[in-house]
Amino acid sequence: MTASGALSRRRLLAVGSTVGAGVVLAACTGNDKTANNNQTVNNNAGDNATPGKAIKIGFSAPAADHGWIAAITANASAQAKKYSEVTFVPVAAGKDVTEQRPAVESLIAQKPDVIVLLPHDGAQMTSTGHKAMDAGIPVVNLDREFSDPLAYRLLIKGDNYGMGVAAGHYIGKKLKDKPNAVIAEIPGIDELQLTQDRSKGFRDALSLYGLKVGPRIAARFTVASGQEVTANLLSGNPKIDAVWNHDDDQGVGVLQAMQQAGRKEFFMVGGAGSLDAMEHIKAGDSPLEATVTYSPTMASSAIALARLIAQ
Amino acid sequence: MTVLEKAPPLAAPRQQWSEPAKRNLGLVGVLVAILIVGAITRPDLFLDLNWLWHNELLILTQSSAIAVIAVGMTFVMIGGGIDLSVGALVALTSVRCTTVATQQFGSGGMIFTALVVGLIAGSINGVLIAYGRLVPFIATLAMLVAARGLAQMISGKLTQRVDVGNVLINQLSFRSVLGIPALVLIMLVVGALGWILLNRTTFGRRTFAIGGNPEASRLAGINIRRHTVLLYALSGLCCGIGAIIVVSLSSAGAADHGDLYELDAIAAAIIGGTALSGGRGTIVGSLLGVVIFKGITNLFIVNNLEQEYQLIVKGAIIVAAVLVQQFRVTALWRRGGASG
Repeated sequence: MTASGALSRRRLLAVGSTVGAGVVLAACTGNDKTANNNQTVNNNAGDNATPGKAIKIGFSAPAADHGWIAAITANASAQAKKYSEVTFVPVAAGKDVTEQRPAVESLIAQKPDVIVLLPHDGAQMTSTGHKAMDAGIPVVNLDREFSDPLAYRLLIKGDNYGMGVAAGHYIGKKLKDKPNAVIAEIPGIDELQLTQDRSKGFRDALSLYGLKVGPRIAARFTVASGQEVTANLLSGNPKIDAVWNHDDDQGVGVLQAMQQAGRKEFFMVGGAGSLDAMEHIKAGDSPLEATVTYSPTMASSAIALARLIAQ
Repeated sequence: MTVLEKAPPLAAPRQQWSEPAKRNLGLVGVLVAILIVGAITRPDLFLDLNWLWHNELLILTQSSAIAVIAVGMTFVMIGGGIDLSVGALVALTSVRCTTVATQQFGSGGMIFTALVVGLIAGSINGVLIAYGRLVPFIATLAMLVAARGLAQMISGKLTQRVDVGNVLINQLSFRSVLGIPALVLIMLVVGALGWILLNRTTFGRRTFAIGGNPEASRLAGINIRRHTVLLYALSGLCCGIGAIIVVSLSSAGAADHGDLYELDAIAAAIIGGTALSGGRGTIVGSLLGVVIFKGITNLFIVNNLEQEYQLIVKGAIIVAAVLVQQFRVTALWRRGGASG
């Protein structure tokens, strides 16, 4: 069964700020720890919110050094705190699949009522998902999909293709009268399925306006790689009309490189939606005009639905 | 092997290029080749002198962080060691010098912190290797893992922006002196100091001696342990300087800075003629190695080509450089054998 979390599927071009912004901004960028209290929580009233029997929700997500994952974990634990009867059992999943697998297996041994799992790699964690389901523990698969639908009870994932489409529409609408417009794309890690999905959506949407992606150079989701790739890309393309950068964390470096090169003849669309990006959009002090959100509030939805499954 | 063999007569000093100088000239040739390929593939840009000048300055700016680190790496490798922890040390120092607490002390405080953290971490490497008798590969591998973890812990995995108030750090990547970007000047100064230290001081001679033959150096009265600690401390210090450059370029400190810098620095040193076994190497060669790598990156991106191709080309260049050096050494040895 595939369900789209109410908040997770929302793909909107946020010019200004969105509800989810508070979460992302706390997580992605900046030293401002106070903003962390701002977790998004589903305050759904009605029968579903009334406490049921006591349940234990297991949770495992990668310990990646990216703001988005940090926000996922923070949201999940904040949502679990909303329910008095829920015991939240997070296990550290380390840096790769070989560390996450034993971590989740130890979690299965603790016999929680339901497990919420964001795998390092969906395909490689499929067997572990199976194991939990075989032990009678329903699995909520978060964002990175297992290769076999039998390994999860519920799948909640972000719409990467939709992200590309949204960015493509924004740029397409603005440039539809310029058939020879140079549109640059700066993706994140190119080996990931999510990057491929985003790029495909971007291409498909642009083609509706008769536009094509020009220079496309991948960075590594890091600030430093964003800076280096963009500096070279700008040098090789003296005239650009629009840029889509997949990720606002690497966007810090992308914007920095644009500033260092003194280039502002183009406009830029970001991705994921960080505090830094929102502030630049609001202030209008950079080429960044819009960003496509990829909201970590899907973790809140996952916990809320996991609780209902267990009840 | 006969012990009492007549020593070959010393070769008369010839007015010729020394072996390292020839090799470095070859590296300059590679750079020229990159330019020629650029001129063929993108004549609209590479034949525009104004564009070319700015593009070359861009390549040098992008090279500056790894070049500074490669200077430290060259010292360590000539001394017979290897430092795998440089990338992680860049991450650690960049994160430590951009915490809220450190940034309150202004740009001076940040630079001081970066240098001190790099120096301390490098010294720990050195002490583990010299006094703990760990193999350099293992000691610095452990530091690579631990420093990256520490960086993630300090930053809480967040990207730490440089305060707008810290003008010096912020402006470093924007300013230039006499048309040369400040970061390039830092690289040149570090390179020059490294060259002097390596070629014109006792410290440098000892580094060659220890890398070439540790036992003979010990018998000659060199304090090998102390010297080893100094070498790794120097590498750590270079990481601190490199971290300042990275922080200024990206306007942020992050635990994922310096990703795979160790491989870039080692590859640059090897292309530049530094022997993995120690005792041989030049600062100029390492710097040229870094610029060649960044020049290739630039060439591919300017042609809007994806990265997979440049990785293959870079691999091929490493192999080619080492092969050329081996043939040279073999030829020299044969020539020496024939005349002696």
